[in-house]
Amino acid sequence: MGKTFLKPEALSNAYTHYCPGCTHGIIHRLVAEAIDELEIRGRTVGIAPVGCAVLSYNYFTFDFQEAAHGRAPAMATGIKRVRPDLIAFTYQGDGDLASIGMGEIIHAANRGEKFTTIFVNNAIYGMTGGQMAPTTMPGQKATTAPFGRDVKETGMPIKMCELLSSLETKAYITRQTVLKPKYINKAKKAIKKAFEYQIEKKCYTFVEVVSTCPTNWGMTPQKALKWAEDTLLPYYPLGEFKTPE
Amino acid sequence: MAKVLMKGNEAIGEAAIRAGCLNYFAYPITPQSEVAEYLAKRMPEVNGVFLQGESEVAVGYMIFGAAACGERVMTTSSSPGISLMSEAISYISGARCPAVFVNIMRGGPGLGGILPSQGDYLQATKGGGHGDYKMLVMAPDGVQEAVEMTMLAFPLAEKYRNPVMILGDGLIGQMMEPVEFPNNLNKEPTNKDHWATNGMDTRKSKEKNIVKSLFLDPKVLNDHNLTLKSQYEKMKKQEIRFEAYNTDSDYQILIVSYGTMSRVCKTVIDNLKIQGIEVGMIRPKTLFPFPEKAVYDAACKKSCKKVVSIEMNMGQMLEDIERCVKGKKEVSWYGKCGGDVPTPEEIINHIKLLLK
Repeated sequence: MGKTFLKPEALSNAYTHYCPGCTHGIIHRLVAEAIDELEIRGRTVGIAPVGCAVLSYNYFTFDFQEAAHGRAPAMATGIKRVRPDLIAFTYQGDGDLASIGMGEIIHAANRGEKFTTIFVNNAIYGMTGGQMAPTTMPGQKATTAPFGRDVKETGMPIKMCELLSSLETKAYITRQTVLKPKYINKAKKAIKKAFEYQIEKKCYTFVEVVSTCPTNWGMTPQKALKWAEDTLLPYYPLGEFKTPE
Repeated sequence: MAKVLMKGNEAIGEAAIRAGCLNYFAYPITPQSEVAEYLAKRMPEVNGVFLQGESEVAVGYMIFGAAACGERVMTTSSSPGISLMSEAISYISGARCPAVFVNIMRGGPGLGGILPSQGDYLQATKGGGHGDYKMLVMAPDGVQEAVEMTMLAFPLAEKYRNPVMILGDGLIGQMMEPVEFPNNLNKEPTNKDHWATNGMDTRKSKEKNIVKSLFLDPKVLNDHNLTLKSQYEKMKKQEIRFEAYNTDSDYQILIVSYGTMSRVCKTVIDNLKIQGIEVGMIRPKTLFPFPEKAVYDAACKKSCKKVVSIEMNMGQMLEDIERCVKGKKEVSWYGKCGGDVPTPEEIINHIKLLLK
């Protein structure tokens, strides 16, 4: 019997710098599988954010650009406007996308730019060391919210899918997670669908992936998965928020 | 080709198209919005890209994304907008992408005013954004030169894989002058397959390209900066452009002035000549690289008593002139920065004062 589970061609052989138990690796793989299956590797440009995934260009085997903090959607706009034949995706965390890059993401979505965003939401700043993010849960501890997020001072966590879905422009907007195998299979389908819509030049496509950060949450990977399922999923419900049909 | 009467801002837009730049992103700001208005109509006629971004910050990165694909791309803005784009200019410089930025300067600091100024000299030539980078900066003195410099900016940006800035004041953008578009030379961008993210399929090598400015290893970052520096040194050797005016005479005063201001100074020099007073001028056309030797040599001429920098700001180029003259002659500044351009009479009076 031959091998049935191979490393996608779109993933490199590099060891990642991600922490043990981090779900970035799974999400990278899902993106790579979708790109392989759609045979678009040779015309894909990824845009790395500022955040944990800043070095993601080392883990994929196709063209990449590295954005400034929050600006990936503007760069993807530049790419798709001048080279509509290329496939572009931004891979952004919650600090990058929902805080400093809020302006860029809303306007890119509202213009209906034909690129894909993979939005990895783990409710905290990872790379800078566990500061509060716009998606940090009420009461959740962070290095800049040592007593837990006080929503009286900082407002409620921002739900990006719901926010972007309120725009009138046609889009594909979905929230997925990779906390369990059953979720991973669904997330894969959603990511592939997003790229398919992009290939068809149908609409802007946005896949949020609820993720974990065991290191900055101060939890074991196992506990982080459970905490995410118990705490994040009720507030960030999974599903398709908007489809172009 | 026959001359046409055009407003500076519109001529800059047309020049970009003639230079083979079919990609333009911008955000409205006075006094340069006519570039965007012109290209909003004109780009569709040539199957080009026109996009009004949501902010100058975003536009800076639209330029970056497009430039990183190896496509010719331009934006235009004015002083406060260039401040917002300065972050992107730093990233684009760090990532070594060619792009053209036009700054039609207005008064500052802050919102300042909407009238002409040369208040962004230091921002354009010394940084603006963070890190050790330089732009190649050209300063036109009228609509014709704005066209020629815009068309030249693209091949230069590609030659050095570096942003190029056209630094004009509000007058250059707003005034109408007869202009002739040169037949363009360099429409084909240079080979970019070794660095651009234009899709692996299109390249022979089939190797991935990464456009980035992050180099975590200190040695690698130092080497990267040395590479950038070598490009700037090459610009200093190959790209210095200036005009010498009335420097064959035994001038007593040497003016250094650029842009609109230098045209007023030419009137001053012509008028003083009739009165028997000789004044010479060095007009830098490139502000970086700066015509260091030309200024030094002109200042060292025996007849020359004093050097004066005449600028529509509070004396920004003055610092470069002092650096170049190396104390050989007294260097001073004259100018205004509220939006009124100093008149020939005012400058003549000042020069007579210098000669007392």
